[in-house]
Amino acid sequence: MEVKFILNGKQTTADIKEDTVLLDLLRAKGCYSVKCGCETTNCGLCTVWIDGTPSLSCSVLAARVEGKEVTTLEGLQEEAAEFGAFLAAEGAEQCGYCSPGFIMNVLAMVRELEDPTLEEVKEYLAGNLCRCTGYMGQLRAIKKYLEMKRGTK
Amino acid sequence: MSFVNTAVPKVDAPALVTGKPVYTDDIAPKDCLVVKILRSPHAHALIEEIQTENAKKVPGVECILTYKDVPDKRFTMAGQTYPEPSPYDRLILDQRVRFVGDAVAIVAAETKEAAERAMKLIKVKYEVLEPVLDFHQAKDNAVLIHPEENWKSLCPVGADNKRNLCACGKEEHGDIDAVLDACDYVVEGTYHTKANQQAMMETFRTYTYMDTYGRLNVVSSTQITFHVRRILANALDIPKSKIRVIKPRIGGGFGAKQTVVTEVYPAIVTMKTGKPAKLVYTREESQIASTPRHEMEVKVRVGADKDGIIKGIDVYTLSNTGAFGEHGPTTVGLSGHKSIPLYGKTEAFRFAYDVVYTNVMSAGAYRGYGATQGLFAVESAVNELAEKMGIDPVALREKNIVTEGQVMPAYYGETANSCALDRCLEKAKEMMHWDEKFPARDLGNGKVRGVGVAMAMQGSSISNVDNASVAIKVNDDGFYSLMIGASDMGTGCDTILAQMAADCLDCEMENIIVSGVDTDVSPYDSGSYASSTTYLTGIAVMKTCETLKEKILAKGAQYLECSREEVDFDGKKVFCLKDGREISLMEIGNRIMCNNEDALFASESYSSPVSPPPFMVGMAEVDVDQETGEIELVDYVAVVDCGTVVNPSLARVQTEGGIAQGIGMALYEDVVYSESGKNFSNSFMQYKIPSRQDVGTIRVEFESSYEPTGPFGAKSIGEVVINTPSPAIAQAVYNASGVRVKELPITAEKVYWGMKK
Amino acid sequence: MITINSYVKPESLEEAYELNQKRANRILGGMMWMRLGSGRVQTAIDLSGMGLDQIEESEEEFKIGCMCTLRQLELHKGINQYTDGAVRECVRHIVGVQFRNQATVGGSIFGRFGFSDVLTCFLAMDCYVELYKGGIVPLREFVCQKRDRDILVNVIIRKDVRKIRYVSSRRTKTDFPVIACGVAKAGEEWQVSVGARPMKAVLVTEKADERNAAEIAEKLTEQVTFGSNMRGSSEYRKALAKVLIRRQIEALMEEC
Repeated sequence: MEVKFILNGKQTTADIKEDTVLLDLLRAKGCYSVKCGCETTNCGLCTVWIDGTPSLSCSVLAARVEGKEVTTLEGLQEEAAEFGAFLAAEGAEQCGYCSPGFIMNVLAMVRELEDPTLEEVKEYLAGNLCRCTGYMGQLRAIKKYLEMKRGTK
Repeated sequence: MSFVNTAVPKVDAPALVTGKPVYTDDIAPKDCLVVKILRSPHAHALIEEIQTENAKKVPGVECILTYKDVPDKRFTMAGQTYPEPSPYDRLILDQRVRFVGDAVAIVAAETKEAAERAMKLIKVKYEVLEPVLDFHQAKDNAVLIHPEENWKSLCPVGADNKRNLCACGKEEHGDIDAVLDACDYVVEGTYHTKANQQAMMETFRTYTYMDTYGRLNVVSSTQITFHVRRILANALDIPKSKIRVIKPRIGGGFGAKQTVVTEVYPAIVTMKTGKPAKLVYTREESQIASTPRHEMEVKVRVGADKDGIIKGIDVYTLSNTGAFGEHGPTTVGLSGHKSIPLYGKTEAFRFAYDVVYTNVMSAGAYRGYGATQGLFAVESAVNELAEKMGIDPVALREKNIVTEGQVMPAYYGETANSCALDRCLEKAKEMMHWDEKFPARDLGNGKVRGVGVAMAMQGSSISNVDNASVAIKVNDDGFYSLMIGASDMGTGCDTILAQMAADCLDCEMENIIVSGVDTDVSPYDSGSYASSTTYLTGIAVMKTCETLKEKILAKGAQYLECSREEVDFDGKKVFCLKDGREISLMEIGNRIMCNNEDALFASESYSSPVSPPPFMVGMAEVDVDQETGEIELVDYVAVVDCGTVVNPSLARVQTEGGIAQGIGMALYEDVVYSESGKNFSNSFMQYKIPSRQDVGTIRVEFESSYEPTGPFGAKSIGEVVINTPSPAIAQAVYNASGVRVKELPITAEKVYWGMKK
Repeated sequence: MITINSYVKPESLEEAYELNQKRANRILGGMMWMRLGSGRVQTAIDLSGMGLDQIEESEEEFKIGCMCTLRQLELHKGINQYTDGAVRECVRHIVGVQFRNQATVGGSIFGRFGFSDVLTCFLAMDCYVELYKGGIVPLREFVCQKRDRDILVNVIIRKDVRKIRYVSSRRTKTDFPVIACGVAKAGEEWQVSVGARPMKAVLVTEKADERNAAEIAEKLTEQVTFGSNMRGSSEYRKALAKVLIRRQIEALMEEC
């Protein structure tokens, strides 16, 4: 079957199977930032936005994004680099494998929550697992990034 | 400008944070055959019959391999220097399957769907055998896991396949029984640590293809690029010269990728078909057929005199290596060698061990490598000893810890040339406000808040075994290529080694490009494990830089037409001390490309006669609900002596990450098997690694010593950091609840039943 | 991963219902665990795009469309005001924001999963399901019914003078619960749901009389059966339930 959707701002058409999972379609379309870390919705590595809402692309049928707007880190390169610099300054990207999904959710959080507290940040990002960093460096990066954002407002 | 001891961002950070395709599966050719493994449903069985004809008929199926198609030559998948202490007990596929999930057949097809359909059509008839699932019952059991005649142990590690023994041994110093008998206080306990999964975010994966020269090329997510070449040569029974191994970016390793897990399967498919092949493990496969931490049961006796001097430590470790012996003989050693030496005033020690085969998945290397298990036991016992004596456990340690300059008999007789353990204790105490908080206080809301302490040590490389080589060349325009054989697995060694090179060569980081590992071009390195890279490869970098600088000076002198003695090099230019004439490195770089016979290339190796231990202290603060036993980790404080901190932000994150993994081990993570040996912990849904809401607050400081044998005074940091959470949290929970949990993980339910007693 | 032969987005509930009568067909909810399944689905029936993702509040009730996400519940001001945040409490531990952006209320309730926080919490309220053919059925009855091929269209919370609290115990913060309890005081009755036993949630009641919280909690817990799994033994679950229920009753006694 065919699915039409907007991928990172571009109208896209893909020939898919009925049971093609969005994650696989996105990688086939060259969006390699989207990773699979588990098969059970627990890790958050496959996070993309569907109509701006952070979602686990491992658990969405590609057929369901018909007419929707899908955003991956490939479509947010400038923001990724901006926040990523804060992450790298802490050394908190480490192996980097969870970074794209994590950054997608951080950028969604920044849009959704005004001035989040530390506890709110932790809760919002609880579905993004990281095995390298112990999370503290990520939190330091977010804190500094939010401060920068507030400063530029 | 100096880069060592500054928080330089990782050289690969911009690519990683923008999600660039740099990992194995991102760069694999699109036409790779998809490789899948059919797995055993039985913990122990013999394959009586295996029918693949129907499966082979599935359109798109390229090949199906069974035990009949693989070389009958045993090998080990452990990434260790040859001759490996791990026994040669594996075949790529075996007629005997030894755990639920063991490989039965390899299927390669054009698509995943075809491969999966074919798997369903393979018919296997098993003779189901009695399994050995309890590791206490394994030694000298009538059921043998490895009865085969071509099983082989290359090193004298006390292995005997006819006794289900992967290794055994004993070492003693002084008369431990007499010393303990004379002690005023003796505690004795048995501590049980379970298998744990490294659970790196990128699962095991490899792709393979034949190159122009008919050689097998292997691109793999590995920590042991060079060992993979040897292991594959052994497994496939082909010359090493026919294999090339390349390591791209890796999504975490933690020791898991110090063992060959996926490599052999696509490799044999490519050898048989000539076609590129790829195997990406699912998370389930990574949970059930991988290489987790060795389950260990450690019995400890510790004794002290009336003045609180610890006189003797007696450790016996029973280690469960599972179906195969990867890292079995070596991990067990650290349970004694990296725990007993923390105490510098002992008159005697004994360390004995057995490592047994059982019918669960093979264990392997996991950060800490046996030290983690041993330290849970010894540090817990020392805490119990302090309580028995009625003194503060920090005070007890202050009296007994190993100090700088001391010889450590239980640590191969090495001397602690750098040791700030005393300062680590002091600093941790201050950060935790230990004196006010120890042992516990009632919060008045049904919860009691307790604190606990533990210390740890590790090594820095395997002395007289590990080998690191580095090569650097000068290119045109004078930029350097730094070639290393150590595998950056996210930890940042590509960056750290470039920092050291930049300092040695007096140049900017931008002037150095770092190449990852390719066995065809990189200089040999035993690999990124055993906390070796910063320490060992670091020295190799320094040595190489010195040699290269000499060559640059000589070349500069030649171009300036003066003698070597008359010139100096400041990183940018070679100049004549006499008359101030100079030639820039850029010009030298360009001139050597024409009419030149001296390669501006240097390569040096290093192997260390010692393995200087990093030290650390961890303190945990937990709340325990007095009615339910529920535990909340509030705060974790760590102070580390890793010698000079080469990159403060990377060292800090390594420490925080190691502690978080240690917290997972202490409180949440458990590999659980059914009575028939099926692994229940087969996903992140059932095997719970900590989320960011489960680690409390982790606070890290450094108290640096200066290691005279290390690069810029550095020791290692990668592994030591995982060792303190289990004993420190166990003690904090005890202080808050009165319950000593001696089998990990420490769950609310265990605490609850303890409180009920 | 389940395999799907055809994918249909029906125009109407009638069409969806007709399709769903075939055993080989299946309704798609949030699709959270489709990768865990291994069955073959002939036709996947996608209910998204039918406007079933709305929460309507009236004087008497909240009507929650089956395709509403758990995140919508979490953020809904009216529901959380009415339940003193109990509904938010029951979903906020579930995996992560992304998961809750996808998992549906209909899927959570219709599945009648043993581990379900949502089912447990809703059971402690005056709650109903609206089935396409079966009409409006009290959740208390629905939870005991066998799975059939009807379609759950709405979940309805009737507003009454009720105080409710939700509490759970977990091994990690985002894990399935070891035990979950919804504790409500409705008029002169304590209505308590216990989920993750690990079997699906049940509702038990006790009269709200002069007995103290411990006695009431004891009696309530006695009515519930518990089982064992990886996350806890039946004995521990029972002990845990008793404590958690007692504490919530105490808290509600103080409030009321």
